[in-house]
Amino acid sequence: MYIGIVKRVIVALFTALLVVSCGKQNKEAFYNTGIIYCSESNPVTFNPQLDTSSTTSDATSHQIYDRLLDFDPDSGRIVPSLASSWLVSNDGLTYAFQLRKDVKFHKTHYFTPTRNFNADDVVFSINRWRLPSHPFHSVSGGRYPYFESLGLAQNIAAVRRVNGYRVEITLRRRDSSFLANLATDFAVILSKEYASALFDAGNPSKIDNLPIGTGPFKFESYRKDRFIKYLRHKDYWRNDELAAQDNNNMPASKEFDDESNEEAQAFNAASKQGDNAHDELLGVEQLIFDITPRSSLRLAKLMTGECDATAFPAQTELEVIRTRNDLTLAEKPGLNIGFWAFNTQRPPFDNPDVRRALASAIDKNTLLEAVYFDSATRAKTLLPAASWAFQNDADDTAYNPVLARQLLANAGVKEGFSMTIWAMPVERAYNPNATKMAELIQRYLRDIGVEATIVSYDWATFRRHLQDGLHDSVLIGWSADNGDPDNFYRPLLSCGAIPSGTNRAMWCDEDYDRLLNEALQTEDIDERTAIYHQVNRLLYERLPLVPIAHAYRYQAYREELNGVVINPFGGVRFGGVEKTL
Amino acid sequence: MIQILTRYCTLLTITLLVLAVMSFSLAYLFPGDTLENLTGLVPQNDVQREALERQFKLDSSVVVQFFYYLGNLLVGDWGYSFTSGLPLAEEVSIAMPATIELATYAMLMALFVGVPLGYYAGIRSYSTTDHLLNGASMTTYSFPVFWLALLLILVFSLQFDAAPLSGRISLLYDVPRVTGFILVDVLLSDLENKSLAFKDALSHIALPTLAIGAITTASMIRITRRSVIDVKHKAYIAAAVSRGLSSWQIFTRHVLRNALLPILPLMAIQITTLITNAMIVETLFSWPGIGNWLIQAIYQRDYPALRIGMMAVSTLVITLTILVDLFNRLIDPSREKYEHAAV
Repeated sequence: MYIGIVKRVIVALFTALLVVSCGKQNKEAFYNTGIIYCSESNPVTFNPQLDTSSTTSDATSHQIYDRLLDFDPDSGRIVPSLASSWLVSNDGLTYAFQLRKDVKFHKTHYFTPTRNFNADDVVFSINRWRLPSHPFHSVSGGRYPYFESLGLAQNIAAVRRVNGYRVEITLRRRDSSFLANLATDFAVILSKEYASALFDAGNPSKIDNLPIGTGPFKFESYRKDRFIKYLRHKDYWRNDELAAQDNNNMPASKEFDDESNEEAQAFNAASKQGDNAHDELLGVEQLIFDITPRSSLRLAKLMTGECDATAFPAQTELEVIRTRNDLTLAEKPGLNIGFWAFNTQRPPFDNPDVRRALASAIDKNTLLEAVYFDSATRAKTLLPAASWAFQNDADDTAYNPVLARQLLANAGVKEGFSMTIWAMPVERAYNPNATKMAELIQRYLRDIGVEATIVSYDWATFRRHLQDGLHDSVLIGWSADNGDPDNFYRPLLSCGAIPSGTNRAMWCDEDYDRLLNEALQTEDIDERTAIYHQVNRLLYERLPLVPIAHAYRYQAYREELNGVVINPFGGVRFGGVEKTL
Repeated sequence: MIQILTRYCTLLTITLLVLAVMSFSLAYLFPGDTLENLTGLVPQNDVQREALERQFKLDSSVVVQFFYYLGNLLVGDWGYSFTSGLPLAEEVSIAMPATIELATYAMLMALFVGVPLGYYAGIRSYSTTDHLLNGASMTTYSFPVFWLALLLILVFSLQFDAAPLSGRISLLYDVPRVTGFILVDVLLSDLENKSLAFKDALSHIALPTLAIGAITTASMIRITRRSVIDVKHKAYIAAAVSRGLSSWQIFTRHVLRNALLPILPLMAIQITTLITNAMIVETLFSWPGIGNWLIQAIYQRDYPALRIGMMAVSTLVITLTILVDLFNRLIDPSREKYEHAAV
């Protein structure tokens, strides 16, 4: 008899356990009120002016802040944001921005704004990184790496408030990439009122840890290695615009010519749907960054629905994501380049023929297949197809070991010559596995009688040694911050980029620098494109580096998420993203 | 009675003192600067360094340093983490309850599943059911806990999508921390979707509890079964049978309580295993407990955190063990007799 009781208790317990473990089968509406994004790391700061890492700009730039200008994610053109319009003077030195009115800053538990966004905020935000004498310049370290690497501060002569909603910026030299730089993730607009309040309270560094901006989400809380929480900014100036966009995107809302009943009904239904979409959009109250450093765990969380979207899925995981119906993998050619650079200051790599020989020894297509799993396009020049100056018919080196041997022999490089290939120790979109690529290249070089050894250090040491020029050749790459071609050519190969440590080929060429400067003197796109074609030709002839691949940019998200747009020009953005069941 | 209490108190104090000495010496044994290892503060210049050294008595003898350190430990001033810069006392007070919560539920599961099953197997000893139960518990007990946890994740989270695989509760819920036990905190909170949140927390806690609990349950079954079989062979059971008591009466009057007595001290031993297992499983389920926290500290060479983490975990385990032992003593006076005879 007592055994019967024990039995019943046991059965009850097991049922309880089963019920618990199956409890989350059907999703409740509550889960639509927040978006969870699995990000890969902790942001360094909450102000992207201070840091160029993509983790920081992903977490802040498009969530908390707005810029004066934006890039259109489809065309790459510069479109108005906080500046509703702008004028460039005929000499190309003065830029006048008309600012948008009725833009509200965040109201949070640590700050309540009393006024709307105006010209003072723009002047404050730019002067903070521009003027070393500015009271906020040295706050949080006082380094503004993006602007420093472009020498932007030196080129701005004045930032002037014309009236409450008009700002004028004067340059010293013409710079046709200036507007593009103002549209990057780093040129965010801060609140001057908040800064003054913090300054008076004697706690200015809070401006970068407890941020205030005008963006679609406002900061709520952050725990290192765990999460960042944002709440929806209810008075976001773009809310109406985003809702209208959604209505336009609805499938049946296209114009109809004849007034047949059916179609009218279809239209009504569609617009109703549109209204629903609008409501749900307003329903997204929270945005959460779930910090998950392990890529496989991010994928697992995406599969169980604990994340709605994830950062950078690994190349090897793409197939899994593609085969699942509940996941979407969006891809777009990224603004990056992976390359093999020769240290042109070391003999025999100072001889262009030797460089050409080595370039002809490798088969780029095999590298693309083996290292990128075909998630990249073959690079002919530094510029990817997403850039407006992309040259489709540019010259490219071809796989030709016979020519390679011949060139080496002519240059006096003997059989059995040895060199080093430095392979970067970290994964990047532009080169997901540099060591593997180095091993493949090693094999190709053996075929032409060159012995290559592979060198790698931890990332910090690696970069320091590279800057000292200890390498013969290196496999590395570059992710651009905006679509402007100058953002590729200047930091990668100009003379000025050798000391700042981005010119891995240690290559300095007067003709090259002259052409680059020439290209900045004109606003005319065709003229600039023509100059960059000349630059490509020059690079093909001198070959300081071998362009290998432009990797795609991937983003994986669940089907419940609508309106996710991959932004090739910088960080993820969740403004206007909605969630449905 | 008072004698026992004093004895246990002395034992506890001395053990904790030894632990404090060990954790203090870690500051010297870890690579790097002693001052930084001890405080977690990195002085920016020589003036700051001197001031800090004076404050932490590093300019005096080691004995003085130790007693100053001990004083700081007692008032909860444990130094700062290298990586987060937060006070370690705060970090531990967030991480520790999460681990204790997990261990508690696993223990409850072991008690409410393992003990009854053990009784059942013991009563029905050497029957097919008993062999099945015994075999199953033997198999479960042999599983490495991390493997079991991975298996659960694979089957329940990834295959059947029945339970989430990381964290304590969906990050969408903003549960204020009161007790540090997530289920209790949800019930105490004034969330709008309280029942939903509770369900969510429950589904998060199910798999890790199952993973840790299964192994403790298995050993519980085996311990209880053994004890019941022992009791069954006692003379007073035979006497009860001859008196004509029904098997239910024998069970409730004689077997139930007598079999329980030898189990209690064995349960105390289980606590150590339980907490260790909890710390391992935490890392797999990204459960924000002390085990996960310590692993992160190891990865990031956060020496002050390691020092305090070791101190906190061992203090917890030792205190619990001694408390359970004391409890056993109080409810089982027969052990005292033993001891007097031995002395």
